[in-house]
Amino acid sequence: MNHLQLVLSGLFVGSFYALVALGYSMVYGIIKLLNFAHGDLYMLGAFAGFIVLSVGAGALGGGFIALIAIMIVAMIATGGFGMLLERVAYRPLRSAPRLSVLITAVGASFALEYGIAVGFGPTPEVYPIGVQDGTLHIANAQITYAQLAMMAIAVTLMVALDTIVRKTRSGRAMRAISQDPKACLLMGVNVDRVISRTFFIGSALAGAAGVMAGAYYGKIDFLMGFIIGLKAFTAAVIGGIGNLRGAVLGAIVLGLLESFGGAYLGSEWRDVFAFCFLILFLTVRPTGLLGERVTERV
Amino acid sequence: MVRNVLDIKSLEVTYGKVEALKGLELTVGDKEIVALLGNNGAGKSTTVSAISGVVRSRAGTVTAYGEDITAATPWSIVERGIVHVPEGRRIFSRLTVHENLQLGGYTVREGTLVDKRITRVYEHFPRLAERRHQQGGTLSGGEQQMLAIGRAMVAGPRLIMLDEPSMGLAPLVVAQVMDAIVSINQSGTAVLLIEQNARAALKIAHRGYVIDSGRVTLTGPAAELRADPQVVEAYLGA
Repeated sequence: MNHLQLVLSGLFVGSFYALVALGYSMVYGIIKLLNFAHGDLYMLGAFAGFIVLSVGAGALGGGFIALIAIMIVAMIATGGFGMLLERVAYRPLRSAPRLSVLITAVGASFALEYGIAVGFGPTPEVYPIGVQDGTLHIANAQITYAQLAMMAIAVTLMVALDTIVRKTRSGRAMRAISQDPKACLLMGVNVDRVISRTFFIGSALAGAAGVMAGAYYGKIDFLMGFIIGLKAFTAAVIGGIGNLRGAVLGAIVLGLLESFGGAYLGSEWRDVFAFCFLILFLTVRPTGLLGERVTERV
Repeated sequence: MVRNVLDIKSLEVTYGKVEALKGLELTVGDKEIVALLGNNGAGKSTTVSAISGVVRSRAGTVTAYGEDITAATPWSIVERGIVHVPEGRRIFSRLTVHENLQLGGYTVREGTLVDKRITRVYEHFPRLAERRHQQGGTLSGGEQQMLAIGRAMVAGPRLIMLDEPSMGLAPLVVAQVMDAIVSINQSGTAVLLIEQNARAALKIAHRGYVIDSGRVTLTGPAAELRADPQVVEAYLGA
């Protein structure tokens, strides 16, 4: 068994799980909604990238510049759609019971999946991106430069997000809303606008992950977001839902678990393995690895 | 004509079928401290929440500096310099003291102005400066009230509305909070002060209102209210 190889693939898969899990966790943190359509935004990102590739394949050429350009377009498109989803489907239900919003999210998920199925057909599309040039060999393991580049992009996005949330005025407002949205109104925070922004950022990250997945697996289909949505949820729970660094940690742990679990038990057991961990964490440590550490005085 | 900071005319607010305010009339003049007194459920908190826009009124008008703000959004009301310090302080417990203050200046565009105001808050409340990197939730009740007031000051208010600032505080700390309110007022900010502790409130207020079941039942200069037999009996004890 080539352990280094397993670590490398675990980290790669973990890095794009992390991008999806971050959005999941952000949205949960700010409006306490498990956005079941989040995985479908990732799928939408992959399709946005696919459209750009199909239309501008010649103009863009191959290589990393093209990959980055496609990612940016996909992120903006997916982010915009995420905002629209919030505006149309979730905002009108802001004061409705939690369950109504949850059911709406499930509905939105189906609408996105079968909407794309109608538009593009149910058969998988081949992702026409050609960045398979060159492979880096480390000891007896290997990783393509394309994968390395995508991981670097993922890490850059995560660091940027972390900085935004920790250091900026917007980020402060996001954290404050996740604690007490009503008090935020009294601070003069336009809560609706901050929530919109949160959806944009979270969805854009999922869009980036969608492009990465398309480039990595080589094909995309309208249901690709379903399982990744559940995986991102698992990652967010492992890390401690609502906690952004936790989501990244959970995603990497999950990526590695899957990679090793798949190698030792057979790859058909990969998803079983992942969801067993979800159940394990939900029963044994529902606050996750980095759950609330704060002591509050009343 | 000197404009009032705040004019409330026949304000009505209902929660479902319950009428919380039934035609409330209230004004706050320039640089005034106005006390709003009344029993639990009289409609005091509803009044300030309706002014700050977090509760919608059914009828009546709220005017600030001659401008109708009855239907304005909460954030645009803060931008107009009308800041509400809520009951129970509502400190962001997982944000640091400094971040809480920064959030108070959310509507202020110039970052340097926010920093300047935060520095002034720290001068005023040195305890907050000592604890600036601590999480808000770890502060004592009195410190949290100081933080809530300081946070509102960072917005640069022309009118600050305080809902039960003395609630749950020791008498010594209540006196400190009242001193802080007086000094805020002396720097030119009008104050609308809701209090269960009528004695403390009437000591620093210029005028006062007593409300009951959503209506003003009594109003006048603070000195008169302090001497009014009805007020003495109901709110000041024998």
